[in-house]
Amino acid sequence: MRRFSWFNATALTMGFAFLYIPMVILVIYSFNSSRLVTVWAGFSTHWYGELFRDQAFLDAAWVTLRVAFVSSTFATVLGTMAAYVMVRGGKFMGRTLFSGMIYAPLVMPEVITGLSLLLLFISIGLDRGIVTIILAHTTFSMCYVSVVVSSRLVSFDRSVEEAALDLGCTPFDAFKSVTLPLIAPAVIAGWLLAFTLSLDDLVIASFTAGPSATTLPIKIFSSVRLGVSPEINALSTILLLLVTIGVVTASLVSKRRIIQQKRDEQLAEQAPQ
Amino acid sequence: MNLARRTLIGIPYLWLLLLFLVPFGIIFKISLSDYAVSIPPYTPTLDLSEGWQGIRDFFGALDWENYVFLTEDDLYWRAYLSSLKIAAISTFLTLCVGYPIAYGMAKSAPEWRPMLMMLVILPFWTSFLIRVYAWIGILSTEGYLNQFLLWVGIISDPLQIMNTPTAVYIGIVYTYLPFMILPIYATLERMDESLLEAAEDLGCSRLSAFWIVTFPLSRSGIIAGSFLVFIPALGEFVIPSLLGGSSTLMIGKVLWEEFFSNRDWPVASAVAIILLLILVIPIILFQKNQEKNQEADT
Amino acid sequence: MKPAVKPAEFAPWLDQNETPLIRFDGVTKRFGDFTAIDNIDLKIYRKEFYALLGPSGCGKTTLMRMLAGFETPTEGTITIGGQDMKGIPPNRREVNMMFQSYALFPHLSVWDNIAFGLKRSDMPKDQIPERVKEMLRLTRLDKFARRKPHQISGGQRQRVALARALAKAPKLLLLDEPLGALDAKLRQDTQFELMDIQEKTETTFVIVTHDQEEAMTVASRVAVMDNGKVIQVDTPARIYETPNSVYVADFIGDVNLITGNATLKDGGLAALSWAEGQPDIIGTAGEGGGSGAATFAIRPEKVAISAERPEGMNNVVQGRIHDIAYLGNLSTYHVELSDGTIIKAQTANNRRLSRRSFTWEDEVWLSWTDTAGLVLAG
Repeated sequence: MRRFSWFNATALTMGFAFLYIPMVILVIYSFNSSRLVTVWAGFSTHWYGELFRDQAFLDAAWVTLRVAFVSSTFATVLGTMAAYVMVRGGKFMGRTLFSGMIYAPLVMPEVITGLSLLLLFISIGLDRGIVTIILAHTTFSMCYVSVVVSSRLVSFDRSVEEAALDLGCTPFDAFKSVTLPLIAPAVIAGWLLAFTLSLDDLVIASFTAGPSATTLPIKIFSSVRLGVSPEINALSTILLLLVTIGVVTASLVSKRRIIQQKRDEQLAEQAPQ
Repeated sequence: MNLARRTLIGIPYLWLLLLFLVPFGIIFKISLSDYAVSIPPYTPTLDLSEGWQGIRDFFGALDWENYVFLTEDDLYWRAYLSSLKIAAISTFLTLCVGYPIAYGMAKSAPEWRPMLMMLVILPFWTSFLIRVYAWIGILSTEGYLNQFLLWVGIISDPLQIMNTPTAVYIGIVYTYLPFMILPIYATLERMDESLLEAAEDLGCSRLSAFWIVTFPLSRSGIIAGSFLVFIPALGEFVIPSLLGGSSTLMIGKVLWEEFFSNRDWPVASAVAIILLLILVIPIILFQKNQEKNQEADT
Repeated sequence: MKPAVKPAEFAPWLDQNETPLIRFDGVTKRFGDFTAIDNIDLKIYRKEFYALLGPSGCGKTTLMRMLAGFETPTEGTITIGGQDMKGIPPNRREVNMMFQSYALFPHLSVWDNIAFGLKRSDMPKDQIPERVKEMLRLTRLDKFARRKPHQISGGQRQRVALARALAKAPKLLLLDEPLGALDAKLRQDTQFELMDIQEKTETTFVIVTHDQEEAMTVASRVAVMDNGKVIQVDTPARIYETPNSVYVADFIGDVNLITGNATLKDGGLAALSWAEGQPDIIGTAGEGGGSGAATFAIRPEKVAISAERPEGMNNVVQGRIHDIAYLGNLSTYHVELSDGTIIKAQTANNRRLSRRSFTWEDEVWLSWTDTAGLVLAG
C-alpha cells in the first residue's frame, strides 16, 4: 500500500513537464504559418510541404536510413556474440581488455571516437563515405547491443541449454534452437537501440562521412547553426510522432503478452491434474 | 580452446581491437606529428617504400611539439578546466533533478510504473539533436521563456540565457536526464520497503529515514548515473555548440574547431589524447562498477 | 496408488556373471583447491533404480553431472555400457537427464518438448509422432500435448520433463532431485509412479536426492555419500538395519547413539562399556566395531519400554520419561537415564489414548535384544 505523497506527485509532475514541454512547443510551432518561430501567426502545414520538397533533406534521410539499417544489423550480430562471450565465456586470455573495450565506448565522448575512426580510415587509405559511416556506427552500437543482450543472458536459466545438449544438440544447435528464441526480445531491443543511435548520430558521422555522404543529423545541424527554422520543427514533429508510435506500440504489445501469460499460468494451476 | 569458441571470441574481439583500440594508437602517433599543407594534412607519413631509413626518418620527425603548444596557449588548459567544471556541475544538477523523479517513480503504485518508465525512455529514443534544438527556441532572447516571463511580469528585460554556460547546464541536464533516472530508479525499486518501516519503527522521522536508509542504499545507482552523465558531458560538443556560444569553453568544441576549422590535425590529436588521459580513470572506475553490478545481479 | 511389487530376487550386484552398466574407477573431481569427488569406485547395474543420497555439498550432483557429460573427471575413468566416456560430449551419450528445475523449453509446446530429442536422433521422421504419443500416454499427458509449459501446472511440467527424457529410450536416466518442488501428497504418488515407469520401460535410473525417505522408497540400492566419498552402498533394508558407520546410522532414519569402549565377544557380538556402574551393552559387532572406541546404535522401534523390569534380557536400563512425541500412529518416548543420556523408544499406539500406560515423569525400564543394535567403530 503506497502512501500518497505530495512530494512524489509534485516531483513526478514537474519532472515530466520539464522533459516534455520543450517537445510539445516544438510540435505546436511546426504548424505556425509564420517563419518567426517564436511568434504564433496562425495554423499552417506549409512547412511540412516545404520539407518534402527539399531534395537535399530527402537525400540525407535516405542515406541515414540505409546506414542505420545496415549498421544496426551488423551491430546486433557482433553485439550478441560479444554478450555471449562476456556472460558465458568464462576465463580467457585478454578478458579484461575485452571487457574494457565493450564498456568504454558507452561513455567515450563522441568527438574522440569520431576523430579516432577518421584517422584510422585515412591511414589505411579508405575513402570516406557511406561505408565508413557504417563501420563507425557498427563499432559503437555493438557495445550498446552487448549490454542489452548481456543483461538478458545473465538472468537466463542455463539448465535449458544443458537440457538441449543432453537431448542431442550440438552447442550451436542448442544456441539456435533454444537460446536464441529465448533471448530474442533482448536481441530485437538491441537492434532497435542500435538503429536509433545510428539515426541520431551527429558527431561521429561528421568525422567519418566525408564530402560525398550527408546524413540527416548533419543536415539538421548545419541548418540549425544558422538559427531556428520551422522546417526543422516539422521534421522534428514527424520524428517524434514515429518514435512515439513505436514506443507506445511496443509497450502495449509487451503488456498484452504479460497479461496473457499470467492468465495462462493461473488457469493451469486451477485445472485438474 | 576449440575452433568454434575461438571464432566466437575472436570476431568481436578483433573488430573492437581494430576499430576501437588501434585508432587510439593512431591518434597518439599523429599528435606527435606536424601540421602540413597536404593531404593528409600532417607530416611525417610512414612511407614503407623508403625501407628502414624511411622508418628511422619517420620516428625522427615525431616530437612532443604539439603537447608543448597545448601548455603554452592558455586556451587549452582553460578549456579542460572549464569542461571539468561544467561537467561536474551539470552532473550534480542532473542528480538533483533526476533523483526526485526516480524516487517518485519507485514509490508510485506498481501499475503506474511501466507507463512512467515508458515516459522516461521515450525522450531517449527521440533525436538528441532535435531536443537540444528545442531549447534554442525557448532560451533565446525572443524565445518562449522570455516571452512567458515578460508576459507574467516577473522581469522587464529579456534574460540573456542563450550563449551562456547556464544554457549549457540546462541542455546537459535535459538531454542526460534519462541516464541518471534509470540507474537510480533501478536501485530504488529493488530496495526493501521494510527497511524504511523498521527505521521509522525505531524512531526516525520520514526525512531522516530517507537520508539514513534510502539514500545510502541507492548509492550504486547514483554512482552509475553520475558516470553516465559526467564522462560524456566532459567531451560534449553539440550542446555547447548550439546553446553555449563562444563564451562557453568546452574541450569538445575546441577539438572540433581545431580539426574542422583550423585543419590542424596534429594539435586536435594532442587535445584528444590529453582528454583521454583525463578520462581513463573515470572510465576504468565506471567499467569496474558495471562489472560489479552485473555480478551482483547473477 | 499401489507400489509395484519387485520380483523377489532382483540383485544383479550379487551375480558374478553380471557386468555393470556404469563403472566409476578411481574417479576424482577437483574444482581448483576444492575436492568435490574423492577417489570413488562405483558399479551400477542394468535396470537398477540407484539412489545417490547425501547432504548438500556431498558431491552427489557432481557425480551425476559427470555421468551426463557436463563435468569431466580430474582423474579416473567413467565407463557406460563398456565404453569409456572420456571426451564424449553430452549430446553423444545414451544418457538423458531430468533436471531439477525441469528445464522445459518455454517457447515449445509439450509435444515439441518431447519430440525435441527424437528429432535429433536416428529415428525416422515418420516414426516420431507415434513415439511422442506413447510417451504422452505413459505420463498421462495426452490432453496437454498442445499446451506450452507456462500453461500447465507444476506436477504436469514434471511429467513432461520425464517424458522428454525417456523419449529416446536412453540406457541411463538421471533424475536430479525430481520431487523437490512437489507437495507431500503429490510427492508420494509420484514416487510410486516413477518406480512403475522404471519397471515398465526397463531403464536404469539414477536418482540424486537429499531426502532419505525418498531414496528408501524408490531405490533398489542406495549410495550414501559424504564430502565426496561414498560411505555405504546397499539395499534400503540393509542400509537401515546394518549401517556400516555412525554417519550412515545417523543419516538414515532415527537412531540412538551411545559412545563407549568395545570388546569383541563370541558369535559376532560385542560388548560396550559406556557408563560407570552400568552393565555392558551387548550388540552385533559392526565393521571394525569390535574393539576400542565405539558407538552403539539402536533404532527406537527396537527399544521396548515397560513399567516393570523385564526378565531374561541382557540389555536393560532404567530411566524417567522426559518427553513424549505423539505422532498419531506412533509414540516416541524420550527417556532420560540416570547419567543424563536420553534414549528414544518408539512403540505403535495399539491402544486408545485413555488406556495407554505411560506419561511424563514415569519411571520406566528400557530393554532390547542382544542383536537389535550395532556396535560401530568410532
